[in-house]
Formats: sequence, structure tokens, C-alpha cells
Amino acid sequence: MASTPNAATPTDFTANPRSWLRRWAGADEIAHLITLLAAATLLLIAVLLVYQLWTLSGEARTKFGWGFFVTKTWDPVAGDFGALPFIYGTLMTSAVALIIAVPLGVGAAIFLAELATPNLSSSLTFVSDLLAAVPSVIYGLLGVFLLVPLMRTTIQPALKKTLGFLPFFQGPAYGIGFLTAGIVLAIMIVPFVLSVSREVLLAVPRDQREAALALGATKWESTWKVVVPAARIGIFGSVFLALARALGETMAVTMVIGNNPKISASLFSPGYSIASVLANEFSEATGNLYLSALIELGLVLFLLTFVLNGLARLLILVTTARGSGVLPT
Amino acid sequence: MSPRLAWRKSLNVVMLSLTGLCALLTVSALFFILGYLAWNGGKDLSWSFFTHLPAPVGEVGGGMANAIVGSMKLLLLAALFGVPIGLLGGVYLAEFGGRTVPFLVRYTADLMNGVPSIVMGIFAYALVVMPMHHFSTLAGGIALGIMVIPTVLRNTESFLRDVPLSLREGSFALGANKWRMIATVVLPAASRGILTGVLLALARVAGETAPLLFTAFGNRYWSPGWMQPTSSLPVVIYTYATGPYEDWHRQAWAAGLVLLGLVLVTNILVRAFLTRGTAYERT
Repeated sequence: MASTPNAATPTDFTANPRSWLRRWAGADEIAHLITLLAAATLLLIAVLLVYQLWTLSGEARTKFGWGFFVTKTWDPVAGDFGALPFIYGTLMTSAVALIIAVPLGVGAAIFLAELATPNLSSSLTFVSDLLAAVPSVIYGLLGVFLLVPLMRTTIQPALKKTLGFLPFFQGPAYGIGFLTAGIVLAIMIVPFVLSVSREVLLAVPRDQREAALALGATKWESTWKVVVPAARIGIFGSVFLALARALGETMAVTMVIGNNPKISASLFSPGYSIASVLANEFSEATGNLYLSALIELGLVLFLLTFVLNGLARLLILVTTARGSGVLPT
Repeated sequence: MSPRLAWRKSLNVVMLSLTGLCALLTVSALFFILGYLAWNGGKDLSWSFFTHLPAPVGEVGGGMANAIVGSMKLLLLAALFGVPIGLLGGVYLAEFGGRTVPFLVRYTADLMNGVPSIVMGIFAYALVVMPMHHFSTLAGGIALGIMVIPTVLRNTESFLRDVPLSLREGSFALGANKWRMIATVVLPAASRGILTGVLLALARVAGETAPLLFTAFGNRYWSPGWMQPTSSLPVVIYTYATGPYEDWHRQAWAAGLVLLGLVLVTNILVRAFLTRGTAYERT
């Protein structure tokens, strides 16, 4: 550590004014300043991000006002821009994804937290973490070549036959559309629901379970009526976190949603989401108004995920602070 | 056994098996994805895939050498830009911070972590592409670099906090300054955890497509220097998978297998070896 053996003792350190260490006595302030600058860079980036999104969307904001959110037309040629079809598509696909992913993720989390042995639980969590690391474009690839044909030939006709009286399952089966995008999204967000839910379930104190079992409850009753309600808020947190992921997910959705700015109650019909219109049209947007309308969509997406993430963190913090104090990130 | 008890016991068995089924379904998704990609992409993986440029549009054959190199260049830029800021910022939070600034930085980092990657693309577009008036490797690298910062920062902070107080006190007792204590005692002690965070963050952005679509764009040829648009593996997979040619589809599978392989191998190695003995759940 020290270059010379005697440099390590305080006496030599002050006695020799030419010592390397002595000259660097004020270096603590410099180190403080450098690291502070790095931390401040992150703050600067965040401020710049909001500033850029706000100013660059100025033209569209002044021209369309709040009407932007309720206008159904998206016509770049005529310069007429409305966000409604994209907001609708984003919410619709995310809703489908949550309906599938939440029971699956919470169910799996219950298994991992309550039933599995610690070894099995940690190796399954490992696999689920790996699943979360799979790039979005890979899900899109499987979606395009595997899920879309399967939906067109098998799943959608079957749904139409059994549940066709509902408005959600009507119309021609193209394969692409809200339902397909929602299913792909569901597979992508299950790991997030799973890992956070498992964490908050494990944070429920052990005596709660034991008390329920001592009162004669079965394992399932103690889990469902005692442990899950105790972790309820944190599980909601995991759902919000997953929802924020689903809203902003771009590539996989773009590849299977059909890219058609249309509002339809049927889940079979092709649609469009905020993230996928950005992916498709941003690099070829001509004209300032077009670009500015797209950036306003980006701003909407940013604000949505901002609010959801903040809420999710708060909920998870509240639950785990009561329990073990682990804050999953 | 009363009918009521029988009902409760059978409900217990049914519901608990259902949770097991949920876990099984979730976990098997990974093996299914991996198997399906290996099955479809494996047969088109050849030596020329790694060494050749893409064939002219419509022609069969060619490779993705430029996309592989492009991805590496983008990752290098992301690491050069994002890792130092994240690392030093993490040191600040763990070692120097007061009250208000660290709270703000922590909150911002968590917020930035949740910003959709496509929005990061817009940001890098506004920051780099608009002033320069053209797409470039630099813009893509900065987009990915910004995404690396929050993860590295939070992770570095949490591992530095795990370093025992006794090590710091020992270092002070030997007459070290604070910066010396940090650089020669605390950082080395936390180095495995920090490295884990850095590698996982890089593995995550390696698969990002959305922020590259309008920053690094794409290129069917080599991209000299840092100021030209460049091809990258994720963007090529997207373009080829949504393109009209059969041969493109086959190459998209092969590229997908390579990308997934790289990401998963990095993840497994890092989590299996670097986190041995540390609580990797904290990352």
C-alpha cells in the first residue's frame, strides 16, 4: 500500500514536508469534488432529459393543446396528429399482459416463497432473473415467427368459437394485434412480478405463518388468508413496476401489434402503441410538427412510467420496511 | 373427516399444486426460448456469419461481421461513458454524501432506471444527432451509456456500504487519508460486487434495440470511425425479422441465437462466479 515503509506512520508523514502523502493532504476535498461532480452529472442528465422532451414537443403542444389526447386521427401528410389510438393501444396491450402475468407471477412467487426448499427457490429465482435478461428483440423474433402463426391458425379461432359472444373476441383472425402483443408482454413481465412478489412475501414475519398454522389453518389458508394479505401492498407495488415495464416496452410489441393506428374493441384487430409508433416513424419523420408530435408522445410515455415507478417504489418500501427491510431494486 | 375438512384439505392440495404449476410454466419459458432459438438459429450459424458483410439485398448468404463489430464499439463507448460516472457517483453516495444531495441522486437513479429505453433514444437523438445532423456510433454509445449509469451507481453504492467499518478504521489508524482509504481499501474490498453490477448493466444494454433505432441507425457496410451510422446485432435482428426475405429470416434466427447466447453466458458466469459469497439479490 505505502511506497516506502516509513511513510505509513503519522510522525513521518508530518515530519517530511516533501512527502508525497503530505502534498496530497488536501486531496480529500478534490476526491469529494470529483465524485460529487459524477453524481451531479446524473442529476444534470435527468434535468436535460425532461427539458429536451418539453421544449422539443413545444410546437405540437401549442398547436393541439389537450385535444392531442382525444383526437383519433394520425395523418402525417395532412399534419393532423392525435394520440388517442396509441394511448389506447398501449393501455390495451398492458391490460392484457397484466391479466395474464399477475396470477402467473404471484402464483409462482407463492410457490418459491412458501413451498420450495431454499435451494430450489434460489435456483428457480436465478432462472427467472435470466428470463428478465433476455433482450426484448428476441421475444419479438419468437413472437413474429412462432406466436403469430399459432394465434392465427389455432388460438384465435378457438377463442372465437368459445367466447365469440364477447366484443373482445370478434373479427377476423390476423394473428397480429392487441392480444398477441399482450401475450408477448405478459411473458416479458412475469419475472418482474415474480421476483418482487417473492421478496415481499419473504419479508412477512415467520410467526404470522406459525400462528395461522397453530390455529388449525391448512398451508394454503395460512398463505392466502394471512401471508398474502400482509404482503398485499408490496404485491401491488410489483404490479405497478411490471405495468411500467409493459407500457414502455418497444421492440417485441412493435413486431407483433400490427402497426395500425385504429381503435377497436376487438383484441384480434391490429393496433399501435406509443412506443412502437416512435420506433417506426421517428427516424423518418419529416417536418418539425411531425417530429414534435412524436416527441410529445415520448413525453407522455415518460410521465406515465415516472408516476407508476414512483408509486411502485413507495408501495414496496412500505411493505418491506415493516418486514425485513430489504428493498429490491 | 368431516366434509368441510375434506374440502379444505383438497383445496389446499389443488391450490398449492397450481402455484407449483405457475412456477414451472415461468421457468420453462426460458428453456423453451433457448431451445427454440438453438433449433432455428443453430443450423444457419456458420463461419462466414461472423466474418462476412451482409450480401446485397435479395441475394442469399453473407454474414453480420459489421453488426458484431458495431455492437462491440457501441458497448465500448457505453462503458467508457457510463461506468466512470456511475462508479464515482456511487462512491460519492456511499462515502461522502450529506443528506439532501444523496437522496436526490438516489431517487433520480431509480427514476432513470425505469425510463423506457425508447425515450432514452429520443434523448440521445436530441442531444447528439440533432446538433450533428446525422446518425452516428457516438450517439448510440451515449444512449446506451446513459442507461448504464443508474444501475452501476446504485450497485456500487450498495456494495461499498457492505464493506465493514473495521476495515475503514484500520486504514485510518495506519494514517491514510480518506481518499486513500477509499481507493486502496474500500474499493478493492467491494470490487467483485461492483464488477458484477458493471457487467450485468452492460449485458442488459447489449440487447437494447429501441435506443439505437434513431441514434446508431444501421449500416449495411463497415462503419469507419465513430461518426458514421453503424450496424448492431439487435437492430439487424429487428430489420431482418420484419423484412420480406426468407434468407433474412434465417439470418435473424442465427443472430438472435448469438445475441441471446452472449447475454445469457455473461449473466450466468457473472452471477455464478463473481457473486459467490455475496448477496447478489441486492443488485
